[in-house]
Amino acid sequence: MNPRIRFALQLSFTLLVCLFMIIPIAMSVMAGLTENYFVGLKSGLTLRWVIEVWQLYSDTIWLSIKLALACLVITILIGVPAAYGLLRSRRRWANAIEELLLLPVAVPGLATALALLLAYGSYREFRGSWLFILVGHVLFTLPFMVRAVLSVMQTARLPLLEEAAASLGANFRQRFFTVVVPNCLSGILAGALMVVTLSIGEFNITWMLHTPLTKTLPVGLADSYASMRLEVGSAYTLIFLVMIVPLLVAIQWAGRLSSPRR
Amino acid sequence: MSSSVSITLTQCSRTFSGGHTALQPLDLHVNAGETLVLLGPSGCGKTTTLRIISGLESPDRGGRVQFGEQDVTALPIEKRDVGMVFQNYALFPNMSVADNIAYGLKIQRLPRSETEQRLAEVMRMVDLEGFGERRIDALSGGQKQRVALARAIAVRPKVLLFDEPLAALDAKLRDRLRLEIGQLLRELGTTAVYVTHDQDEAMALGDRIAVMQAGRIAQLGTPQEIYHQPANAFVADFIGAVNRLEVIGKGANGQLTVQGGELTAPHLQEAQSVYCRPEDIEVVALPNAQVKGRILQSIFLGQSQQLMVDTGGATPLQVKASSRQHWPIGTAIGLALPPQALFHPESSHSELAAASAKEQANG
Repeated sequence: MNPRIRFALQLSFTLLVCLFMIIPIAMSVMAGLTENYFVGLKSGLTLRWVIEVWQLYSDTIWLSIKLALACLVITILIGVPAAYGLLRSRRRWANAIEELLLLPVAVPGLATALALLLAYGSYREFRGSWLFILVGHVLFTLPFMVRAVLSVMQTARLPLLEEAAASLGANFRQRFFTVVVPNCLSGILAGALMVVTLSIGEFNITWMLHTPLTKTLPVGLADSYASMRLEVGSAYTLIFLVMIVPLLVAIQWAGRLSSPRR
Repeated sequence: MSSSVSITLTQCSRTFSGGHTALQPLDLHVNAGETLVLLGPSGCGKTTTLRIISGLESPDRGGRVQFGEQDVTALPIEKRDVGMVFQNYALFPNMSVADNIAYGLKIQRLPRSETEQRLAEVMRMVDLEGFGERRIDALSGGQKQRVALARAIAVRPKVLLFDEPLAALDAKLRDRLRLEIGQLLRELGTTAVYVTHDQDEAMALGDRIAVMQAGRIAQLGTPQEIYHQPANAFVADFIGAVNRLEVIGKGANGQLTVQGGELTAPHLQEAQSVYCRPEDIEVVALPNAQVKGRILQSIFLGQSQQLMVDTGGATPLQVKASSRQHWPIGTAIGLALPPQALFHPESSHSELAAASAKEQANG
């Protein structure tokens, strides 16, 4: 076949697939900015719905951000030492633990949430607070932090660097903070972006664990889809996209940073 | 400089969890200020010995490590006051050259002015002035190893430990850094233990050499002793090239009959075989020859040539000869093997060899 024709076919197929995925998003965004979606664009563009969403649901946005940041802090505090522990432990044990860590990702979020409710649902204070949701988010996102950090640790020849630091008089704490942590920063960064993104977008676990007073952004989104005008739900989606897209771009960028350099 | 200390290992063995014994019970004394080289093929236990001295590994129960009078067996490496140079540099990629070198000083919390002063001092010693702000990955292999060296000596350790520091470098650079390390060690006067599998490095740097084999010290001695009075066939073969001649009979007046001729060796009457270094064999006119043979192969090496001479034995004799004369294959050649150049590793009282070694040492 003529290479030019082949190229043209390939290009148009690719564009078609892209359009297939992009058009719904674009329509949703447009719906959030249109005065009346059923009348169409000629009804005019407006920020009215966005403002309305902000007024109705801004607390869910703040809660989501708060949850994501708290989740990030906890996953770093637990995940980095855990990754280091896995790096230093025997192969057989490390593999088994790594697989266990992945369980919350593989098990449906609803099941995780149900288990949490069964175990801790009777502690009313805890059940009603945002910390309950935080536990679910940490369970779900921790594996991503551990994996990202561990993969960088494995390429950084940390045991050798630590031996060098020890020979120069550094005790364990000093070695950990001057050699281990700085040399897996790119992994921590990649893990952090992943954790924040996943936490902000998490729906399954959160939907089961939330109370009317602890709604996160995705839960609020579901709520608005169910009970509000289409334009409001769409404007809400728009806000979500504005929050999440920069994070996704940052993940790509961090991924490139953490690829091994010599 | 902190005054140097001796190192004493007493009955240090090391068995790994799989049951593999890397090191048989070992006694070793390194004098204060001395450079001891641990030399041997891979898997001989030299690195394990170094790691036990450093504190990165512990000896099996019953083993003891002392620095001077102090028993350091239970101390981890960070409390032992050692400086260590690794084969793969082990520089911290997250720090600049200067931060790498000053790492140990910062850990010691030295005053800023003293840190600066020592940093400048060691960077001058290893010829790295002006490189302080460089990133580690912007350095060549030789520069990296200089940084590692500077980092180890900056803390003024009691003991300097080298784990095959030059193995990753190319030949020319290796020779140059070897000279520099030797000079540095003499300047510092610090007790040093140096692990290598390279015999040239061992002889150039070691005040004494411990040749190791299968978890044991096969021989411990000065480079001259190791070379001229090897304790066994393994050492003789590992250090330089050596010829082994089977004794097939005994003549009158202490002559030993070998393939191709007769040797004079009054000190080796009991030996079943005698050894001789290629460079000790002389090429002589055929009528004066002790041993005669034919050229199998000649390899031109520039400063000399290596002749392989067939004397009828199982293996050809290696002879190191002047590179001026051309030897076509098949030519008859006459050789002389001076009595003092003949030795047998297992015969402990080779006085002639001892005398020649002494001569060599004094010369």
